[in-house]
Amino acid sequence: MTARTLTVRDLAQIAIFAALIAALGLPGALTIGAVAVPITFQTLGVMLAGAILGARKGFFAVLLFLVLTAAGLPLLSGGRGGLVWFTTSPSTGYLYGWLAGVAVIGYLTAVLLPRYPFWPALAATVLGGIVVVYLFGVPVTAVNLGLPLWAALVDSAKFLPGDVAKAVVTVLVARQVHKAYPGLIPGALRRKPSMTAGHAGR
Amino acid sequence: MIGLYHPGSSIIHRTPTLLKLLLLSVGVTVVGLLGQPWQLLVALGAVFVLYVVAGIPPRPAWQQIGPILWILIIAVPLQALFAGWTTAGMMAGRLVVAVALAALFTLTTTVTAVLEGFQALLHPFRRWIDADRVGLLVALTLRCIPLVAEIVAEVLEARRARGTQGSLLALAVPVVVRSLYAADAIGEALVARGLDD
Amino acid sequence: MTRITFDGVSHSYGKRSVLRDIRLDLSEHRIGVVGANGSGKSTLVRMINGLITPTSGTVSVDGLNVARNAREVRRQVGFIFTNPDNQIVMPTVQEDVAFTLRRRGLTREQVAERTAAALDRFGLTAHADHPAHRLSGGQKQLLALAAVLVAEPKIVVADEPTTLLDARNARRITELLQEMSQQVIVVTHQLELLAGFDRVVVIDEGEVAFDGSPDAALDSYRELLA
Repeated sequence: MTARTLTVRDLAQIAIFAALIAALGLPGALTIGAVAVPITFQTLGVMLAGAILGARKGFFAVLLFLVLTAAGLPLLSGGRGGLVWFTTSPSTGYLYGWLAGVAVIGYLTAVLLPRYPFWPALAATVLGGIVVVYLFGVPVTAVNLGLPLWAALVDSAKFLPGDVAKAVVTVLVARQVHKAYPGLIPGALRRKPSMTAGHAGR
Repeated sequence: MIGLYHPGSSIIHRTPTLLKLLLLSVGVTVVGLLGQPWQLLVALGAVFVLYVVAGIPPRPAWQQIGPILWILIIAVPLQALFAGWTTAGMMAGRLVVAVALAALFTLTTTVTAVLEGFQALLHPFRRWIDADRVGLLVALTLRCIPLVAEIVAEVLEARRARGTQGSLLALAVPVVVRSLYAADAIGEALVARGLDD
Repeated sequence: MTRITFDGVSHSYGKRSVLRDIRLDLSEHRIGVVGANGSGKSTLVRMINGLITPTSGTVSVDGLNVARNAREVRRQVGFIFTNPDNQIVMPTVQEDVAFTLRRRGLTREQVAERTAAALDRFGLTAHADHPAHRLSGGQKQLLALAAVLVAEPKIVVADEPTTLLDARNARRITELLQEMSQQVIVVTHQLELLAGFDRVVVIDEGEVAFDGSPDAALDSYRELLA
């Protein structure tokens, strides 16, 4: 958030996506079909932040969300918040993993745009949103619970089907959004001038 | 910005945020080093006393610490298989104490105070980080949470009105697109209201 | 009153031309801008405070070229948007009003004093510490007005300020705009909002179709619609 180089429009997009990640964790925000599915949609928000805003803005959006949570706002799904979730909780590593994951997704997405072919995009989203996130999450679970690594890894597998589904949704959403709304990721803008660029910015 | 803060005027509430943060990290580190069950019991007792001093009723305390216990119900037996019940019990105890300490920090410190504390920690990096902008972004995000929550609710309602069940995709696309339009409009308002780069 | 001039202003988004060679000299107290959706009227008024910079031509406020002096001009121009939800940028009512006063070299006390006065003027004092999103639609537009007027601008530009409001709140906002001592420029579809205005400009397909007294302008606009 240093960045004097971020435009006002960038700031608004960052804040909106941080808010989106928070809103996806609000109770009753999303139910699929008749039953509430006990999976957190916040990882979907994180993947979307990377795939739609790119590495820099996406990273700041996730960071902002995490800072507010650490400061004590109950924004993690289930109304959780506070420093606990960033220090001693078994799931701590996943939250730090989000920061790395969103940057990876954002960087690779910028490379794949403007074409954004499905399978490479899915690979990029899975790499950032699952592989990188688990890379942080699993070892921390192991350490904080005193379990061997493989046990923590087996434990993490319960999130896998949901996370793969979220990666697929992220790619499908990002494809449509980038088509309807070009110029969201700066790298892609240079290759494909946008009609909306410079409208609300500056 | 109430968050999880539990209002009070105890010495723990009044301790400056950064000092409290320092004490918390010292406390968590010390707890991590405890090797004997009796030491852990002392620590547990001490934390209990701190909660009493802070005047935190059982309910909010439980809301903070409870979720960890659920995880432990699965993790402790699993760990006992590898390392025996004593080690597993010690691990669980250390985790509970550390979690309770971190929760105490959150329960006795307002969100505003924590954010000010974070800003103070950022001070040495002011050449790279514009604290004013960080503060603006934080406030803007707090404003945007109800806005986006409303967008999600409206999209869900529209879906119900059409009687389509629809996929997660049919839900996510309009939410993201409308959020982006809202961001544009807010960006425009920020500029109109005197925020320029 | 301030003098706002459009000198040969044209604008296009990509290949789509939205305004063509607009020449206007506006110095009346109350000015209405009417036109169909997509006529270019919202783009036109956004040029007054530099939210949009014309592709060609210049807009100036009291002789200041807006494109080159956007920061100075914005301090004199308050802008009311159609959807107040997008205009509120801070979490609570009071913080949102105070936001307009940031970086104006005022002390904390001065900011608090002027904020309190603005809240009082628009009947929002009781809500000062409430989250802004809990206000009703009408109250949100009042908050938007308070947040604009707290900075004491010379000009208030309002882009369809009553479109999203119910009849009662629309009337209230209309009255407030009509009573304002500031120069007021209102874009609207609701022609009754323009009663007692000094001048009405009709925009059609990116050009000035009529410019004159409200009565004559409204006749011309109705003809356009017919």
